[in-house]
Amino acid sequence: MNWNTLKHDRRTLWAGYAAIGIVLAVLPFLVGAGLGNAWLRILNFAMLYIMLALGLNIVVGFAGLLDLGYIAFYAVGAYLYALLASPHFGLHWPVWAILPLGAVVAGGAGALLGAPTLRLRGDYLAIVTLGFGEIIRIFMNNLNAPINITNGPQGISSIDPFHIGNVTLAKPLVVAGITVPSLHAYYYLFLGLALVIIFVTIRLEDSRIGRAWVAIREDEIAAKACGINVRNIKLLAFAMGATFGGVAGGLFASFQGFVSPESFGLMESVMVLCMVVLGGMGHIPGVILGGILLTILPEAFRHAAVPLQQAVFGKVVVDPESLRMLLFGLALIVVMLYRPAGLWPSATRKRELQGGSK
Amino acid sequence: MAEPLLIAEGLRIAYGGIQAVKGITFHVEFGETVSLIGANGAGKTSTLKALARQLDAAGGSVRYQGREISALAPHELVGQGIALVPEGRGVFARLTVTENLEMGAYCRHDKAEIADDLERIFALLPRLKERHGQLAGTLSGGEQQMLAMGRALMSRPKLLLLDEPSMGLAPIMVQKVFEVVQEVASQGMTILLVEQNARLALQVSRRGYVMESGAITLTDEAAALLDNPRVRAAYLGE
Repeated sequence: MNWNTLKHDRRTLWAGYAAIGIVLAVLPFLVGAGLGNAWLRILNFAMLYIMLALGLNIVVGFAGLLDLGYIAFYAVGAYLYALLASPHFGLHWPVWAILPLGAVVAGGAGALLGAPTLRLRGDYLAIVTLGFGEIIRIFMNNLNAPINITNGPQGISSIDPFHIGNVTLAKPLVVAGITVPSLHAYYYLFLGLALVIIFVTIRLEDSRIGRAWVAIREDEIAAKACGINVRNIKLLAFAMGATFGGVAGGLFASFQGFVSPESFGLMESVMVLCMVVLGGMGHIPGVILGGILLTILPEAFRHAAVPLQQAVFGKVVVDPESLRMLLFGLALIVVMLYRPAGLWPSATRKRELQGGSK
Repeated sequence: MAEPLLIAEGLRIAYGGIQAVKGITFHVEFGETVSLIGANGAGKTSTLKALARQLDAAGGSVRYQGREISALAPHELVGQGIALVPEGRGVFARLTVTENLEMGAYCRHDKAEIADDLERIFALLPRLKERHGQLAGTLSGGEQQMLAMGRALMSRPKLLLLDEPSMGLAPIMVQKVFEVVQEVASQGMTILLVEQNARLALQVSRRGYVMESGAITLTDEAAALLDNPRVRAAYLGE
């Protein structure tokens, strides 16, 4: 390749980045105007789920540790934000203190969960992590007596919106003469943090630690024989993944203004795992795609269910909520049948599932 | 004379209440190839695993370069210069050949020298060079064994522990694997070889130990063992 084509390639690359940037920048206005605020909220949730899926991808995709309780770390981050910035305890800590604290506490919880499971693999590990996820949720549900910490099943409401100083995202922002509505502002915030997490994940994958994770996933004994400290590297995977979950949880609490144990059930863990597996385990673009699709598809099914039935049968035959899960389940089966490595797998994994030849 | 590179004294290994290795003593001198031969279940692999700290010994001591190593974690051995080629090869199946070899240099930070060593390994094992971009899991058994050895060499060990390199390989591949072992040995590497194929193992070794149900029953120069009538009858099928 000569210098000219290289320069040309680089120029197209930058043009591509610029185009994606512009699309991402105007997207909330397009979605808000075209589809309404409900879809804008869904878009915001898609950003949160991308963060969660990338966090879980470190544990499941890179290090190969099947974690079915991942949502617990999301819960830790969300509850930490709720407790430190709501009338519940009368605390109103600033965001720049809570979010990093949430990341650290969730990371600690991740290492704490990792420690007793170090010798477990596969299905055994899955069961223990599943139990851990449930323990956290049940704690949130029951820690309202004798001392009311989490307010039990009612959850915590009136959580402070995301704000720095006097600038709050709860009200429309005026930036350089342009009015940015609250939902739009949250979108930019989430987008920014999602980009940071994407960047960190890409760097991690490329690092010594990333290679050690992959080595452990492939063969633990060989990894040890290569001089990898398997215990520490595993704990690091749990902690790192949990950290992303904690950040996403804090953002969720600030955006929603309300948290309750219901938001952190097993189904949520399974959903995030589906994003990772369906998108393409261990492959960052695939996982991002999985996060977006699995947030948007169920909602699209929900919105399509009623008008579709009315058009076909003239009345609503099946409850849209159950139909939505049915269609979603079908979609999962179809994808796994026809694209077992995920929608957008890494080149290696694709090669492997295509029968091993070059 | 200086102390041997590796000395095991009274090494005992137990699984539950059953003693698999009953207090054996052996040593490996710097630069020599020593083989540990014996039948299935004699305790050879357990011995090697204990040396590589993949399992805990029930008693005895293991000294390497004059220092007790039986309390080190397995990953710390690599930094000390001990590299294990595990039984059943254990390559990283979904990484390419080159990535596998680079993983062997995980504990090293001298990028330029790692690149040099990679070329050296490829020169030693030309089959791997041909297949450098292929996933390790798609290699033949013999190629995987060579890859596992290459990966171990990438850590620049002083002592190479080889666990049953011939296991599950076609006879022609066994021959090739042992040619590589001999080549590595002739370059001055110290090797401890655990092997069921006694003839081949002794042919590439300077000395040998014969293990029988957890104890060392015979030790001698490899050439002498090859001529020993008892060894010939029991292990060489004559």
